[in-house]
Amino acid sequence: MTPIAIVFLLLSIVVIWGGLVASMLFLARRPSRADYPAGGVDDADPDAPVIRDT
Amino acid sequence: MAERAAIDASPPREQWTGQVGFILAAIGSAVGLGNIWRFPGVAYENGGGAFLIPYLVALLTAGIPILFLDYAIGHRFRGSAPAALRRLGGRRLEALGWFQVAIAFVISLYYTAVIAWALSYFVFSFDLRWGDDPGTFFQGDYLQVGAPGLSFEFVPGVLVPLALVWIVTLAVLAAGVAKGLQRTNVIFLPLLLVAFLVLVVRALFLEGADVGLNALFTPNWAALGDPNVWIAAYSQIFFSLSIAFGIMVTYASYRARRSNLTAPGLVVAFANSSFEILAGIGVFATLGFFAVQQGVGVGELEGLTGVGLSFVTFPAIVSQMPGGPLFGALFFGSLTLAGFTSLLSVLQVVSAGVQEKFGLSRVQATLRTGIPAAVLSVLLFSTTTGLLALDVVDNWANNIGVVGSAVLTTVLVVWVLRKGRELQFHLNSVSTFRVGRTWIALVGGVVPVVLGYMLVSRIVELAVNGYGGLPAPYLASFGWGTIALAVVAALVLTALPWRNGRSDFVAWPPLPVANRQPSERGDR
Repeated sequence: MTPIAIVFLLLSIVVIWGGLVASMLFLARRPSRADYPAGGVDDADPDAPVIRDT
Repeated sequence: MAERAAIDASPPREQWTGQVGFILAAIGSAVGLGNIWRFPGVAYENGGGAFLIPYLVALLTAGIPILFLDYAIGHRFRGSAPAALRRLGGRRLEALGWFQVAIAFVISLYYTAVIAWALSYFVFSFDLRWGDDPGTFFQGDYLQVGAPGLSFEFVPGVLVPLALVWIVTLAVLAAGVAKGLQRTNVIFLPLLLVAFLVLVVRALFLEGADVGLNALFTPNWAALGDPNVWIAAYSQIFFSLSIAFGIMVTYASYRARRSNLTAPGLVVAFANSSFEILAGIGVFATLGFFAVQQGVGVGELEGLTGVGLSFVTFPAIVSQMPGGPLFGALFFGSLTLAGFTSLLSVLQVVSAGVQEKFGLSRVQATLRTGIPAAVLSVLLFSTTTGLLALDVVDNWANNIGVVGSAVLTTVLVVWVLRKGRELQFHLNSVSTFRVGRTWIALVGGVVPVVLGYMLVSRIVELAVNGYGGLPAPYLASFGWGTIALAVVAALVLTALPWRNGRSDFVAWPPLPVANRQPSERGDR
């Protein structure tokens, strides 16, 4: 490969894959907020049938 | 207390089992056929290594901001596109939500067909069934392409895998968000990554791989002065991320209320682009091998993107390669897996929208939308006229439908309803990566300007020049007709009553008075 192509191959990898690694590290260190606002109770239901209008 | 009671009374919802499950499903949705067959060729034709600059700018100024917008709408208003948008902005926005559902429905019809082709070619790889002339085999022997029109002469070689794809897809959707969508992505996404990594490593050791990588990564700086290159970058990012047509709104609505949105969003966006870089390396290393075998330059090869790359160029390469059958199986297996996990997300938009509006169970909604979709898909795309119809419908659904939906969403949400600050507040209330006013400026400024330009220029081009030399009546029915049908469907579905009447939905967390618009504060 030519030196300029190698440089841009490496640059692409560092910037994009580096962005992935950085964002994963950021998420691992701050997976969720410690200070959610009050409320926001869990509304999960695995068999939830329907939602209604606004 | 009244507010709390209303929240508690809000409807229960299906949920991802956790953050990782959501991230894998969202990556599975984003990583699709376009990552493998579109990005490498687009990067090569638009500046090579220099394309990295507009690509990164587009990712940061449009891709990630719209992804966050979708997340914020779906998560705050906890519904599929029509329900969430109605809660956000009333009937006008509900109609936009149904337009997105209609476009997703149309896309699912032909996306399944392409996955069926990939599945067939996965099988064909083992005995290199395409022979010495993959182009003739694909159009003649396999698809049996006829003249433009509407034929009901079915092609069994397409019909059988297409039916199979529909059956498996509907079974996964019927199993639900956690047990269907999430479980499938948790298995298929790592499988895709491993298969594609093996393919890339093999490609790197082919004779001529360096020629292909030189072609892809050598920068052409002059390209940066061409506005079309920048449009190509925005276009690639936009179509690649599964944004602005209801998918990420729907997926985010299945997250628990107390869930981080933006930080996982960054992981999803960069994972999608990382896969594109990987695909670029794999595809161009392989194309370099082919160019050397043919004794030509990479630039002289034909079929560097899309259907041509996958079903004509790659089979030709596989035939010439030592260990070709395994390489072919890895390539077409990867295409099938990448397409399938994206298809699930497209159809979930349709199923969830109908489920919520008409008060259906998950299985009812899946069957009532999935069976008509499967029948239409088979009628339109497993016949001798399927390839032409697919090409035209795809062009209009994406370039007019999806781009139009994005422009309308950003203009209506940010400029007309002025909900930018509320959605910014929502993202920052639940997420660990904060967004500032710049995010609103990008969503309300850069995105509608760039995508609006793309939309208008494409409409003018299609109106003036037509498409692919096809007859105008054909384009009017399959191209413009698709968009017209989606608009009519959106208006009709919005006019129909909601099955379970009104609820007292209250968004959480409540918007502080200081963040409200003057009209909402009671100011004069």
